[in-house]
Amino acid sequence: MSDSRMVVTHCPYCALQCGTALRRENGRVTVRPTDFPVNHGGLCQKGWTAPALLDTPDRLLDPLVRGRNGELVPVDWDTALDTVAGRLHHIRTEDGPDALGVFGGGGLTNEKAYLLGKFARLALGTSQIDYNGRFCMSSAAAAGAAALGVDRGLPFPVTDLGQADVIMLAGANPAETMPPLMRHLDRAELIVIDPRRTRTAERAVLHLQPAPGTDLALALGLLHIAVVDGWCDNDYIHRRTRGFDAAWRRAMTWWPERVEQVTGVPVIAQREAVRMLGAAQRPYVLTGRGAEQHSKGVDTVAGFINLALALGLPGRPHRGYGCLTGQGNGQGGREHGQKADQLPGYRLITDPDARAHVAQVWGVLPGVLPGAGRSAYELLDALGTATGPRALLVFGSNPAVSAPHAGNVTNRLAALDLLVVADFVPSETARMAHVVLPVTQWAEEEGTMTNLEGRVLRRRRLLTPPPRVRSDLEVLRELATRLGEPAHRYPTAPRDVFEELRRASCGGKADYSGISYERLDAGEVLHWPCPASNQPHPGTPRLFLDRFAHPDGRARFAEVDHREPAETPDADFPLYATTGRVLAQYQSGAQTRRVAELNAVEPEPFVEMHPDTAERAGLRDGAMARVSSARQSTVARVRIVQTMRVDTVFLPFHFPGAGRANLVTNPALDPLSRMPEFKVCAVRIEPYGDPP
Amino acid sequence: MNYGTLIVGNGPAAHRLAGQLRHHGHQGAITVLGAEPRPAYNRALLTSVLACTLSADDLVLPRLPENVQVRLGITATRIDRVRRAVYTDDGTVYRYDQLVLATGARPNAPAITGLTSSDGGFSEGVRAIRTVSDCEDIPDGRTIVLGGGVLGVETALALRHRGQDVVLVHPGPYAMDDLLDESSGRLLLVHLENVGVKVFPGARAAEYAPGKLALDDGHVLDADTLLLCTGIRPNIELARAAGLAVRTGVLIDDHLRTSDPHIYAIGDCSEHRGAKPGHIAPAWEQAEQLARLLTGHNARYVGTRLVVRLRTSSIDVASFGSPGENTDRLATESVTLSDPARGRYARLILRDQRIVHAVLVGLPRAIASISQLVSRSLPVPSSRLALLLGTSADHWSNAELPDDAVICVCNNVTKKALTCAWRDGARELTNLVRTTRATTGCGSCQRAVERIYRSLSSTTETSGAT
Repeated sequence: MSDSRMVVTHCPYCALQCGTALRRENGRVTVRPTDFPVNHGGLCQKGWTAPALLDTPDRLLDPLVRGRNGELVPVDWDTALDTVAGRLHHIRTEDGPDALGVFGGGGLTNEKAYLLGKFARLALGTSQIDYNGRFCMSSAAAAGAAALGVDRGLPFPVTDLGQADVIMLAGANPAETMPPLMRHLDRAELIVIDPRRTRTAERAVLHLQPAPGTDLALALGLLHIAVVDGWCDNDYIHRRTRGFDAAWRRAMTWWPERVEQVTGVPVIAQREAVRMLGAAQRPYVLTGRGAEQHSKGVDTVAGFINLALALGLPGRPHRGYGCLTGQGNGQGGREHGQKADQLPGYRLITDPDARAHVAQVWGVLPGVLPGAGRSAYELLDALGTATGPRALLVFGSNPAVSAPHAGNVTNRLAALDLLVVADFVPSETARMAHVVLPVTQWAEEEGTMTNLEGRVLRRRRLLTPPPRVRSDLEVLRELATRLGEPAHRYPTAPRDVFEELRRASCGGKADYSGISYERLDAGEVLHWPCPASNQPHPGTPRLFLDRFAHPDGRARFAEVDHREPAETPDADFPLYATTGRVLAQYQSGAQTRRVAELNAVEPEPFVEMHPDTAERAGLRDGAMARVSSARQSTVARVRIVQTMRVDTVFLPFHFPGAGRANLVTNPALDPLSRMPEFKVCAVRIEPYGDPP
Repeated sequence: MNYGTLIVGNGPAAHRLAGQLRHHGHQGAITVLGAEPRPAYNRALLTSVLACTLSADDLVLPRLPENVQVRLGITATRIDRVRRAVYTDDGTVYRYDQLVLATGARPNAPAITGLTSSDGGFSEGVRAIRTVSDCEDIPDGRTIVLGGGVLGVETALALRHRGQDVVLVHPGPYAMDDLLDESSGRLLLVHLENVGVKVFPGARAAEYAPGKLALDDGHVLDADTLLLCTGIRPNIELARAAGLAVRTGVLIDDHLRTSDPHIYAIGDCSEHRGAKPGHIAPAWEQAEQLARLLTGHNARYVGTRLVVRLRTSSIDVASFGSPGENTDRLATESVTLSDPARGRYARLILRDQRIVHAVLVGLPRAIASISQLVSRSLPVPSSRLALLLGTSADHWSNAELPDDAVICVCNNVTKKALTCAWRDGARELTNLVRTTRATTGCGSCQRAVERIYRSLSSTTETSGAT
């Protein structure tokens, strides 16, 4: 029999979760896009080259423990697990359960995210768990839940966008971050809001280029124009919403000429944007990280939802509001309890009914469950301090590169008594760990992911993992039992975990109880909520068509006002810096920097700037520049871009070491979502090193 | 020290101050005394009420936090600086730890025969544009707007917007002559006439009688309504009677303080370094800075760069900084763009790469960019022309693509890679796509790849024939 096998699965990277067929033939794995509706047979370069991850040369193959000489040395699993459990036990005995912390990731499967949350609350007994999704989706989640009653990135299938005639993209750059999505946007006229002329902006009919950190003023101004120029759907506002009046009182003070002065967006362009949306038959408003990663990210998203509500978009066929989720399981990852304030089913850990339900599923008393813990940056910032955790377990994340004020985060990680990292490559965070646990990767495991449209998908296994590599689920069970937990609480088969997740999510906002592996494997298209019922529930591709998920069925306008970013340019730091992604790399780059074909495209950190900005700083295209903020400096190669604003430089955040963009970013947090201000800080630039 | 902060006046500056005091953590009591019976509203949008695009109710400012006391319909009559108390027309006395005067300004009525009636009020058919009630129920028929400053021009355009018969009378050679130079002023004049505003420049009103206005150049105009847009006078009587230092307005220092350290003044009633009142941006900036100061933060008000942007959708007019001989003398560079046939004009006066004065008409994108450069005192881009035209300096030409041009961005496929794949035998479009992965990302390069495919096919056939 020949060594050949094929599975139908999904790409390991972003929230699109493009459908792929993986084939193994004579030891070689190849990928083909499928006709899955999200990607229609398309795939970006990251997706095409994903098989290279499967035999990356520095794959972690053995557990590692840092020896007396300071080096990480291979050990057997029992030694590694005993070491971890022993030290966790010791620290917990000394300082209590909150001295133990957990940091999860938005790329983990639903099953892993769920079991990780349970492990933290029961096996460790700690409230100190959060995840890197806090850095992605938390602002949109908070604003969406407040306005619409439930947060599902796109409350309609991606394919609906293919019928749109006008789409506003506020702070989203899908042409580079999720290219196959653009296949659905080719019919619509695009209005792109971005301080940079991105590849997405180049395809726009209208590009609004606000100063970094002023998107909220722009959103308020657009609402102002919608009212004054008569584009509001007053009947919809009256029947389906609350709070318009208070929202208008704020937007009223943002007349277009004032907005122009604050944002730099011409009045005519503001008017044209509203006219295009207002006159469209099938308009949509979508937000991305550009609107969300601010110390006022929640209010900024709320500002765009206000606009969408005023125009009568959400909850109606052929129109709507949505946010473009980033990470592979950025949707599912925010629903199953790895967030500091959350229990499975998108329940709040502070809600007594939610606690009672989940405790009953877990077979414990509600009082056993800890309360809400610190948010991601606050958790990282507290590590190794007098009141913070002394130990941290990291699953599916690389905060040494991806967290804001990365220099500080690196110091905090170094101050821990115990850092444990479960990963499949030696990420920058793993290299700092006391114990590294080698785990399976996408094509070696089963599970489910929930994509940006709330559709639950099956990830399928093509390969047997290397011999001494274990799944995250196995790691959690082994650690839990060593800490005195009964083994049955931590199933290791993904299907068994999913069965428990169904019960735990039952009755919650993100209700998966009607979804099963059998239904998914039979090819059913299931978007949550999908409650268990006598007749199989068809799932909910489109939310809010009859009512919004508030008790009275109405959506809520938010009374939001503009405020400046936490940091504005001054004499010492005269420029704005904004951060983002490039096509050929993904997040902290831990995976994509290991794919030669991708790394050849974007091998090193760079900083984009206007030619005048470069000239004033004595920099030429291709020279090395030091970019400094009030926190630290990063080093990057100058890239001259004519279309940049003269007051702004751009840094991609995928690169490690001295080239980390996050060395300069500002950890100022949104008061509600605790989202850091990745998208704007004040910097200065200067030549670095000897002139070439 | 437990009387807290008392704010006299309830206009936009007072409203902003009260809200921001709480925002910045002010602990003590905050009391606002408003003379008008209605809640604070946004005076900057009054012309939208004239244009009937907003109603009076639409202009009401956001509700203040619960613990701010707002007393409406109460006029302060006297300040006792020794007792730190304010007396009011309804007999109540308000004590304060710090007092903020935000008493605003009132219309400046020119000396015109017949303008006022025997009771001291305006004659029939005359009103000023200052409060929201001034802007409601303007009678049909002809309206004469007296005064062609910013407010006068906005008022005239707003009334035209709703179809009113409008005449603008202005003593200067063209409207807004204190802010615009002659070329830009002429463009504005042309625009006003084009939209149907009859303009009488260089003329003053001489005499008014209900229904008629006589000008000093001999014209007599029908006037169902006469609207005064002839400037404002700060309300300083309260301050003067209390012995505070006043000039045109109540004098304040960089800490917004009057000559009494317990009394501050902001907005249209105040005078900071001789700046003219009547603009909302400085008023709000003063409110913000004072809120910071009174809550123990470090703050200073050093003035606001004047940005005047006409609030109308029919023409883009902006003026930055103040014109004049002094400005010109300090200038190191000036840039002028004049395209009168298309209604476009720009003049920039620069010093050390920064704009000290600029006037723009009909260039909406440049206005937006320059507005940012001026408010943040940033140097202008080296390509002045690109700035004025609202473009970025260079553009890709679509001529012959170089070999290293990336055709499929999603998969980083260059023109060269496509050519190589062709040479290596991918002679069908489907093969070319499969080998290079071009077009399989976002799909937007479909046509470009087809074009290259066609060009490769034709060149190869030609070369094959030789």
